[in-house]
Amino acid sequence: MTATHDEGLRVAAVRSAFLSRFRPRGAVWLAAPAVLVLLVVLAYPLGIVVWRSFTDPTVGVDNYVWFFQSAVNRTVLQRTFVVAAWVTLVSLICAYPYAYAMTIVGKNVRLALILCVLVPFWLSGVVRTLAWVILLQDSGVINSILRGLGLSPVKLIRTLPGVVIGMTQVLLPFMILPIYSVMKGIDTRLLQAARSLGAKPWKAFLQIYVPLSLPGVYAGAIIVFILSLGFYITPALLGGPRSILLSSLVQNQVLSLLNWGRGGAMGVVLLVATFVLLALAAPLMRQKHASSRREA
Amino acid sequence: MHAPQRSAGAAIEIRKASKRYGAFTALNDIDLHIRPGEFMTLLGPSGSGKTTTLNLIAGFTDISSGTLEIGGKSVTGLPSHKRNIGVVFQHYALFPHMTVGKNVAYPLALRGIKGDDREKRVKRALDMVKMADFAHRYPNELSGGQQQRVALARALVFDPPLLLMDEPLGALDKKLREWLQLEIKRIHRELGTTFVYVTHDQEEALVLSDRIAVFNGGRIEQIGTGRELYDSPATLFVGRFIGESTVLRGSAEVSGDETVMTIGEQKVVANRRLAGDARPVILLRPERVALKRPGADVVPGENRLTGTIAEAIYLGSGSKYEVRLADGTVAVVRSPLGAADFGIGDTVDIAFLPSDLILLPDDASADVTLT
Repeated sequence: MTATHDEGLRVAAVRSAFLSRFRPRGAVWLAAPAVLVLLVVLAYPLGIVVWRSFTDPTVGVDNYVWFFQSAVNRTVLQRTFVVAAWVTLVSLICAYPYAYAMTIVGKNVRLALILCVLVPFWLSGVVRTLAWVILLQDSGVINSILRGLGLSPVKLIRTLPGVVIGMTQVLLPFMILPIYSVMKGIDTRLLQAARSLGAKPWKAFLQIYVPLSLPGVYAGAIIVFILSLGFYITPALLGGPRSILLSSLVQNQVLSLLNWGRGGAMGVVLLVATFVLLALAAPLMRQKHASSRREA
Repeated sequence: MHAPQRSAGAAIEIRKASKRYGAFTALNDIDLHIRPGEFMTLLGPSGSGKTTTLNLIAGFTDISSGTLEIGGKSVTGLPSHKRNIGVVFQHYALFPHMTVGKNVAYPLALRGIKGDDREKRVKRALDMVKMADFAHRYPNELSGGQQQRVALARALVFDPPLLLMDEPLGALDKKLREWLQLEIKRIHRELGTTFVYVTHDQEEALVLSDRIAVFNGGRIEQIGTGRELYDSPATLFVGRFIGESTVLRGSAEVSGDETVMTIGEQKVVANRRLAGDARPVILLRPERVALKRPGADVVPGENRLTGTIAEAIYLGSGSKYEVRLADGTVAVVRSPLGAADFGIGDTVDIAFLPSDLILLPDDASADVTLT
């Protein structure tokens, strides 16, 4: 008995000993080119932005005080988070069944589904957004169809729903791909096992498949949410004055008013808010089980 | 309160069952009766239909024609989640996001068993497989053997009258496999549940089973106890698949109740004849054959064939020899401890009594399937 008792621990110990013995020294230098690029194009400008937010035009926290004292800024900040949440939710609702379909269809259909995700991905965001302008505008395709059906037209362009629709379409691949990559590693024989233990098919799906797909859902949701927070082109082109998001305010401060300090402060607020959110989401993503992948 | 279980096992009655996938026939008209509480092993090479049979019983796939009854009731069209059968898979199939305890509790939760009763039954099932200390671990923290023991506990915790096992020890190393075989045997004895076990390992089948059904090419070749299959195989395939054997082929003549086969320039006499006019072959079991120096120790009536030792292996409990006969056939011989020693290149006679050889109809497919 005792021989097999500690087997699991021993396996783990052997595995880690193996890894540490064969981990080449100095492997960290393989990351050097990327680190260099990130330092030059990201860390340096970011440092400048943070610096100026505290020094331009005066040294201190004036820019932050201004930001939080302005009702418009607070509204826009809140709206930015609400829109990001909506985009994340709608993307998830669209992406989950789509990614699941990708795992169960035949090879050719799967290829077609992947292309459907990727081709728009290869088009520039501006082109796609302009396409949405054509579709959503008051005299656009959607409203023409509605009128043709004898229904009253809907105001979509320059509204928040319009912004959410456009952003969802642009960001959908970032939700589909992580979910799909986790789903395709789920051993569907576990569902068969669950059924043999007495689970109805839908119960097996909800209790076994869905929990195992959650890492992909979390990854996709975080990527989409964070990208939504800083999204500029799509909300700027599809939105109106009542649907301005924080990125437009930053652009306005920096490029129109040449107020680098205030623009920088806005950017820092967004960055900090994002970090806080990530910190809150981290425990969700920490998995106790290493993998659901098939091994046999 | 749930009494310590000694459930009555379910009988299985399969009649004229076939399973076709398009043009491919995975299972061809099989009949199989499994008694309540029996340990039945479905043995055969891969693609022989043994796993298909298991899947039919489990409800993972539908029967194409024929009938299948479990516990006296037809289960045709009954989905697997309503069959109340425990299944253990080769790939363990533990839920990676649940602890060992949660995994074992899962079938109980599905059956609405809650609280103390559930905990007690989980504990008892884990005790049975000696994994009670691991209830809070996750499956990926366990070795393969430990995972399979948990899977066994999970498949038995709801007291199913029938347990199916699909090559459950296939992914484990030899020592662990042998130990778990004995554990499975012990659990079967304690529970009285009907066990149906799929394997391609004939030794495993011999260790575990009350009876063995030997599958080949979608058919059942023979059903019997290990002893029956080993001592009196019904077909050449069964004779070769179970245990070690030497097959002798030659021109045969029947005279009265005897069959005389000429092998090389020597004659072998079998004291019986085959029904029908199939071409006979002789099957020898390695321990029913003695090695003797040419012409020495003659026993009246015995058959002798001359050859040279091609391989000699000391096994501790005895020795194993491969003897190349005059016609090129390699005969396998096991000598008990204390028998005379021979070296590679020695000329020897293999000697066996007419009653110790097995006479079977030739079947070319038996060779093809095994290579």
